Amino acid sequence: MARQLAIHRLRARKPLDENAIDRFLERHDVPIVEGEKCTFLFRGAADEVWVRHRIVGQPQQVPMRRMGDTSLWYVILELPAGSRVEYQLEVRRGEHYEQGNDPLNPRVANSPVGSSSVCQASGYVEPDWSFPDPEARPGEIIDLAVQSRALRRENVCRVYLPARFRDTHSYPLLIVHDGDDYLGYASMKPVLDNLIHRLDVAEAIVVFTSPGDRNREYANSAQHARFVAKELVPRLESEFPLLSKPSGRCLMGASFGAVASLTTAYRYPDVFGSLLLQSGSFVFTDIGNEHGGGEVFDPVVRFMNRYRAAPRKVADRLFVSCGIYEPLIVPNRSMIPVFEGAGMQVRYVEARDGHSWEDWRDRLRDGLSWIYPGPQKYVYE
Amino acid sequence: MVLLGPQRRPGLDKVVATLGLDGPFATITAGWQERESADDELTQHLGGAAVNLRLWQRRQDVLDRDPEFAAAWRHRRAVIDEMQELYLLGVGHTVAALDDLRAQDEASDRVRDLAIRDAEEVLRSLDRRHLERVREVHAEFYAAVRPHERDLIAGHRAEVAQILGQAQAVVIAGGHVAELLDSQHLFNVVPAGLDRLPIIAWSAGAMALTERVVLFNDNASRGPRSPEIYDDGLGLLRETVVFPSAHQRLHMHDLPRMATMTRRFAPAWCVPLDPGTRVTVDAGGRLEAGTTVIGPAGSAASLGHGENQGGING
Repeated sequence: MARQLAIHRLRARKPLDENAIDRFLERHDVPIVEGEKCTFLFRGAADEVWVRHRIVGQPQQVPMRRMGDTSLWYVILELPAGSRVEYQLEVRRGEHYEQGNDPLNPRVANSPVGSSSVCQASGYVEPDWSFPDPEARPGEIIDLAVQSRALRRENVCRVYLPARFRDTHSYPLLIVHDGDDYLGYASMKPVLDNLIHRLDVAEAIVVFTSPGDRNREYANSAQHARFVAKELVPRLESEFPLLSKPSGRCLMGASFGAVASLTTAYRYPDVFGSLLLQSGSFVFTDIGNEHGGGEVFDPVVRFMNRYRAAPRKVADRLFVSCGIYEPLIVPNRSMIPVFEGAGMQVRYVEARDGHSWEDWRDRLRDGLSWIYPGPQKYVYE
Repeated sequence: MVLLGPQRRPGLDKVVATLGLDGPFATITAGWQERESADDELTQHLGGAAVNLRLWQRRQDVLDRDPEFAAAWRHRRAVIDEMQELYLLGVGHTVAALDDLRAQDEASDRVRDLAIRDAEEVLRSLDRRHLERVREVHAEFYAAVRPHERDLIAGHRAEVAQILGQAQAVVIAGGHVAELLDSQHLFNVVPAGLDRLPIIAWSAGAMALTERVVLFNDNASRGPRSPEIYDDGLGLLRETVVFPSAHQRLHMHDLPRMATMTRRFAPAWCVPLDPGTRVTVDAGGRLEAGTTVIGPAGSAASLGHGENQGGING
């Protein structure tokens, strides 16, 4: 017979008092993950408590139940193996509503719009290639200040040079939007070191660029596109040994960074051979212009609607990934046939994950090894 | 000549002992690239009596000190990379067509088999033409840079020939097969004596000894791609294509796919070189009877007496 869930064992305890709950919380990580059953908990004074998530097609506000007369609230959700679900708790006290991260759960998922608590369901494992590996020779990161006339500001980029970098070699180029966040939240330095060391990914020069006013620069901005295609790329190609042809140039980004990548390639269709687009904010409307995303999405929706009306090839190859537990799964799925119909080769990957740097980190091996595959086929040890 | 599987758990010392070799050995570890000199363990297995030819470092020296040669070398590499990608497009479409043809359940066996044979002939023709074009690129390169007239290269070649002249046998390790092959070609190891010495080679080292180097990896991140012809090898191992770590890198359970592969490379034999494998090659560069090969049905088979002289035809 299957063992009872921990929360049910607690409910059966007599007397069920605050001391018993203290001991229970000391013994368990929250949420409590038992197979596919995940028990979410809240402790405190409240009139109502909900778990709020953004999984499409599910009730996004799930009420918690109070356990007897105690201060403990709980709800059990079933989450498929390998899932990571971002959530927050909403608490009502009288007329006052408050939403925030789960105070009992130290795990958070970071995204460009802030952090959420995250529940790691059974079977989720952080990829081993995302941790520093002493066997992998580290690449080097140097700063490169680029004075941009298009953006009217200086953009300090980080340039990753792979281990064993040689001037006599020619490297493919990857330009990463939200570069400092990819380095800080998505472990991109050790990821690159490891994937290159393991021959999954070709040695490449990776340039991390970060925005000034992100909502303006990344939302289909002609100035940003000009900066990338007409200022940054020529500067890099004059200073580093790069392949300097479309198949050796890739733009990458997540969320609005994916929009920046797509719209830059749209404006300069012969420059970039491939795009790596993670959880792109590809919001569009089929009727009218009401999209519910707020005014920062207005230029994005205008672009996406225009693109969907007249799709065209902006690069040869697209790697697209999205979490199935984020609202952007709908527009991302919808865009795949549009991209393919425009004559681009598309590799599309979904994950049981949400809109966070951790999700984007976990998809990096799939994406980078497809865009710039390593020399595995040449190596026979 | 003895071919071995990958040496993650090295058994080289035992092989050397059974062959009665005691050195001096010339070693080639150019496939390890910048780790070429990290050969202490290899030297130990050879009883300390080994001299590394340092072919990769010699080539780097040439690239660093002869800019004209380096520019031509990089250009040739870029052209070959491009040719390889385009050739692979053709191979990919032809293999996809073969898969489609095999899935035609309603066609009669005879009609379907004829169509499959035609597509396989297209595949062989792509391989043939690709190899011819790669040879043309190499010929143009060597005609243009005339390496034998360059003092730096000539000096390295003389040193390599001298070491080989004093060696009792040669040991060639695995690694990056393209780097290994390129450095062996550049320093003329075959005319310098490699063809007259006993050789022990594994993985990429064994691939480089064949007449045609075939790249393969069914577990590639882009998904299984058909094996691809890369270049001429050194040609010391005749009518053989070797597949290091075959059970790990090939979908060996997919018998129709393996059978197509054997027909594609016939009359050469497809030889898996898995860990622990030891294959003996006779003085004429042919496999000995009893060698495990991938048979016409796609499964492992043992090479019979006399078969090593002719091979099979499609």
